[in-house]
Amino acid sequence: MSKLLEVKDIHLTIDEAEILKGMEFSIEQGEVFALIGPNGCGKSTLAYTLMGINNYQPQKGEIVFKGKNLNKMKINERAKLGLTLAWQEPARYHGVTVREFLSLGLKSRGEDVSEKKIRDALNQVAIRPGQYLDRFIDKTLSGGERKRIELASLILMEPDLVILDEPDSGVDVVALNNIGEVINHFRENGTGILLITHSEEMLHYADRAALVCEGEIIRQGKPDAISDYFKSYCLPCHKEVECDTEVAS
Amino acid sequence: MNDYQMMVDAYKDAGGEDVFSDSDVAHIVLERDKILGQHTVEGLNVQAEKTAEDTVKVFVTVESGYKIKNPVHMCFGVLPEEGRQKIDMNVHVKENAHVEVRADCIFPNAVKVEHIMDAVINIDPHGSYIYKEHHFHGDNGGVEVIARSDINVKSDGKLTTKFDLLKGRVGKIDFDYEAELADNAAVEMLARISGQKDDFIKIREAGHLNGKNSRGVLDSKIALKDSGEAEIYNELTAGAAGAMGHVDCTEIIKDKAVARAVPIVEVSHPEAKVTHEAAIGSVDSTQLQTLMARGLDEREASEIIIQGLLND
Ligand SMILES: Nc1ncnc2c1ncn2[C@@H]1O[C@H](COP(=O)(O)OP(=O)(O)OP(=O)(O)O)[C@@H](O)[C@H]1O
Ligand SMILES: [Mg+2]
Repeated sequence: MSKLLEVKDIHLTIDEAEILKGMEFSIEQGEVFALIGPNGCGKSTLAYTLMGINNYQPQKGEIVFKGKNLNKMKINERAKLGLTLAWQEPARYHGVTVREFLSLGLKSRGEDVSEKKIRDALNQVAIRPGQYLDRFIDKTLSGGERKRIELASLILMEPDLVILDEPDSGVDVVALNNIGEVINHFRENGTGILLITHSEEMLHYADRAALVCEGEIIRQGKPDAISDYFKSYCLPCHKEVECDTEVAS
Repeated sequence: MNDYQMMVDAYKDAGGEDVFSDSDVAHIVLERDKILGQHTVEGLNVQAEKTAEDTVKVFVTVESGYKIKNPVHMCFGVLPEEGRQKIDMNVHVKENAHVEVRADCIFPNAVKVEHIMDAVINIDPHGSYIYKEHHFHGDNGGVEVIARSDINVKSDGKLTTKFDLLKGRVGKIDFDYEAELADNAAVEMLARISGQKDDFIKIREAGHLNGKNSRGVLDSKIALKDSGEAEIYNELTAGAAGAMGHVDCTEIIKDKAVARAVPIVEVSHPEAKVTHEAAIGSVDSTQLQTLMARGLDEREASEIIIQGLLND
């Protein structure tokens, strides 16, 4: 398998606070790479940095995607190249229907808008098309519904790499299985996934995992092992005593 | 082509439906002070009469108990580059009656046009009135609209107004609507306007929730670019038990545009409640960047957000 994404020594400082301190990892085609770590350790910040969100330009390091350096590319250029992101808290819009929102991904790839594809994508995330297609993606949708619609829009984009920032948070148990199926769908289509999660169940879908602590990856390896380490050493934090930064991959 | 045909064509160009030959649909067509067409249906009296130079009085009366099935279509306008049209509108929806009016005001060639609307609207108990006004002012910015409305909604009555101007220039708009509400009465006033160049928009909407359990919603959504300017004065007062209201003003600005929102909320009864929300600024960055992460460039993404806001 070839390297899809290479993140090399990324440093990011915002308002004089260094939030990412030399992040380093890679993801291969069709691979699910999970990032875990305590609240505030920099997972979402990394997601924004990879996507190129305003004010998240790294001061040091390189992001290489499909052999191209992304550092200077705009968000939409990265998206056109096949990288996309589902936000931890997805945006809501006045007056934009679920149908319109979902058709954007198709349109931007130059594909005709196909009602069938849109319905299929919604079904994949267990959202009934008949009930939702004409609704606005505004504050009347629940948090879990909004997140699942976000996932459906990623499915339609057929990207090469998706960043899923806590796709499971605020989602009920039944929908959780659907999210797992969506992850498998991406994997089968060769789409790489950067999966940010706090959930043990989601970790089962990962091929590899990394533990982030204060803006650094302190361990990489099998998801179970990383999760066990996290539970036994990080909660509560034992950093002063015995945290080692060895990478076991 | 005669005046009537020219007016109807301009109306259709501005997106209006062709309903003027349908005998089940009441209508009025006015060009300046010329009454080019009028038709009414059972239970409804729709009538126009010229009362002075450039001035037409329009009556809309719905008899008690009549629910008028098809919306009444009104087409007002000035076709030449210059002109003046003053409409004195008198609407009376009697007890248990209902009507919807769709007014299209079109000034496609305007360079120096004045359109003045003075309305008195009375809605009797359990009556309901929906008024949708759509404007098209052409591309010259040469229209000045001055609209005043004096609205009285009796117990259990309901009024909904929706104003939109989404294509072409605004020119200058100055609205002043004032509504008094009795027990269980409800009013909802919506405005959707897109301004550009040196367009100037001033809207004052006031609802007085005097009756028990009366309801009021004032909702303005404005998009402005270039050196457009908007001032929105939304006022809700609530002075009776169970009276509830909400003021919502969202304005998105670009370039050198300036938007002001001045909400006034006043509550003078412990069991009444009024809330307000105002958001003025450029396009929201999370909304924008989410769409850009779907591959849209910044211009396309902000267009979708603004169109959505105005269609809401
Ligand atoms: N724009 C910003 N300005 C200042 N500090 C920021 C900014 N964005 C993030 N931070 C800080 O950076 C740290 C990392 O935040 P981030 O959102 O990446 O955490 P996270 O790992 O995703 O946490 P969670 O598990 O709660 O989602 C936090 O301490 C946060 O307060
Ligand atoms: Mg986060």
